[in-house]
Amino acid sequence: MGRIVLEKVRKAFAEVVVISGIDLVIEEGSFVVFVGPSGCGKSTLLRLIAGLEDNSGGKILIDGMDVTQAAPAKRGLSMVFQSYALYPHMNVAKNIGFGLKMAGMPREEIDRKVANAAAMLNLTDYLNRRPGQLSGGQRQRVAIGRAIVREPKAFLFDEPLSNLDAALRVQMRLEITRLHQSLKTTMIYVTHDQVEALTMADQIVVLNRGNIEQAGAPLELYERPKNLFVAKFIGSPTMNIISGATAARYGAPTIGIRPEHLKLSTTSGDWKAQVSIAEHLGSDTFLYVDADGIGPLTVRADGDFAVKPGDSLYLSPDPTRLHRFDDKGDAIR
Amino acid sequence: MATQETRLAARLLAAPSIGLLFVWMVVPLAITIYFSLLNYNLQTSVTTPFVGLSNYYYFLTDPAFLTSIMNTLLLVGAVLVITILGGLGMALLLDQPIWGQGFARIMVISPFFVMATVSALIWKNLMMHPVFGIFAWIASLFGAKPIDWFGDYPLTAIIIIVAWQWLPFAALILLTALQSFDQEQKDAAQMDGAPPIPFFFHILLPHLARPITVVILIETIFLLSIFAEIYVTTGGGPGLASTNLTFLIYQTALLQFDAGGAAAGGLIAVVLANIVAIFLTRLVGKNLEG
Ligand SMILES: Nc1ncnc2c1ncn2[C@@H]1O[C@H](COP(=O)(O)OP(=O)(O)OP(=O)(O)O)[C@@H](O)[C@H]1O
Ligand SMILES: [Mg+2]
Repeated sequence: MGRIVLEKVRKAFAEVVVISGIDLVIEEGSFVVFVGPSGCGKSTLLRLIAGLEDNSGGKILIDGMDVTQAAPAKRGLSMVFQSYALYPHMNVAKNIGFGLKMAGMPREEIDRKVANAAAMLNLTDYLNRRPGQLSGGQRQRVAIGRAIVREPKAFLFDEPLSNLDAALRVQMRLEITRLHQSLKTTMIYVTHDQVEALTMADQIVVLNRGNIEQAGAPLELYERPKNLFVAKFIGSPTMNIISGATAARYGAPTIGIRPEHLKLSTTSGDWKAQVSIAEHLGSDTFLYVDADGIGPLTVRADGDFAVKPGDSLYLSPDPTRLHRFDDKGDAIR
Repeated sequence: MATQETRLAARLLAAPSIGLLFVWMVVPLAITIYFSLLNYNLQTSVTTPFVGLSNYYYFLTDPAFLTSIMNTLLLVGAVLVITILGGLGMALLLDQPIWGQGFARIMVISPFFVMATVSALIWKNLMMHPVFGIFAWIASLFGAKPIDWFGDYPLTAIIIIVAWQWLPFAALILLTALQSFDQEQKDAAQMDGAPPIPFFFHILLPHLARPITVVILIETIFLLSIFAEIYVTTGGGPGLASTNLTFLIYQTALLQFDAGGAAAGGLIAVVLANIVAIFLTRLVGKNLEG
């Protein structure tokens, strides 16, 4: 249960086309992450799947059933919102059980399911509190609890962690991953944090201006980006993009090389460069260098690589890790 | 105001204005209390002998007093019910995306800008007049006998007029509250599969509890002292049928020229208003806490 198929899904608000014909298959039990820059239509696509927006064209199938015209509650999906969207005047138990109550489930069964979900999410002690009396992480768990009790075919998350601080975000990220492993339910997760995308996803869908640029496993996107957009979007720090004479020497109008795929040497190499800034992070050192005839580049070095701003060094791109792009920005294979 | 010092400074700085306000309040109050203890008739008294509490005794035992209290409560209660239910309905309608929404909103708010005396006169002469009024004309269309609103249903007529004036206020406050309702909560309720009516009662109405309390509080303050509408239309009559407490005090002072009795009545009104105020602040306090 939980295979979602999008066929030529389109969405326009008045004249403005926000989603322009998306085809996508989300396999049962997979964890799919939508990433993309702000305003590219991630939330809109998610809301289309949820049924909170009407399609302007195309079809949405869940487990082979056409749900394009179905009301949100009839699609058997649960959604976790960025602002949690808990009902402020209801306590935690009522918040979690509200959907079941609306579905006309008997009291005792609701209580049992709420208790189960609360136990799973460490919320048992807070069942009588109101959302206003909870911390951000607890509220997030209540929102997830509300999604779980309905035993949906798929979970939809819209940037659920963006309101949390860094430490809590890591913890909740792990909890959601664990939840996926124990429930094995399809999850669709929207984020613009690529660390979340790379760590959580089975499949990443990179969106740009309402189109899918590339969909695939995290490592596939990292190793074989289909075009410049994906190459620049996935990976941190971003890939170095070089064009002009240097790129021509490698046989393409534009080439890309990731900071971690540049070999460093103080004595010899392909490109000569001066260090302008060195960021020592302990485990890594990020060097911002100025390469002769190429321009600024980012390089990742070991944590104990000792250089100072102004030092000269040599860089050699790993030829097997070099990405070549044609004039349109598509990868040359 | 965290520290002791800032609290002290705040008190010192606020003291002059509070002092002035206190004097402003206390002097008239003291004079009123003094008058209420005198036999002070504007027409007949050459002297104003001290009579103790007998003004209070006469005011409280006057059958008109009870009638006026009942009328006051009926007026306040009925107008509150009509304006809140009607205002809620109007707010829900105006919150829908309809054509000409901006214009409709301005039209709805406009009665609030009409002066009480003017609106009462319009209702009296254009709407409810048994011969020339629009209601009479509508009744005649159906061959019915026109209603003599101010003769037969004076209090109802005044309730209608006052409710018409206050409906926009309630609608406006509730509309603002509706517009501040979180879109994601609406979405969440949709995902939870709440149909419109349960959505209204389980989610929207609790969200509106605070603004409704605010409307009740503000309207009550003003409705307890309704005067112009009664003065312009029924003059408190027929008999005492549309006399509220404010109007009774006015009658005592300026129609019977009994300054002492009116002062006593005024003080009784102050006490009653305070009872209502305590009751309301309790209600509001409960609703305004998180
Ligand atoms: N109700 C609407 N009416 C008109 N335009 C809208 C509406 N909702 C979204 N849009 C537009 O659609 C585009 C995509 O919006 P969407 O919310 O899907 O972006 P997003 O990818 O989720 O961005 P973010 O990462 O900032 O949340 C935006 O340009 C936005 O202005
Ligand atoms: Mg979004």
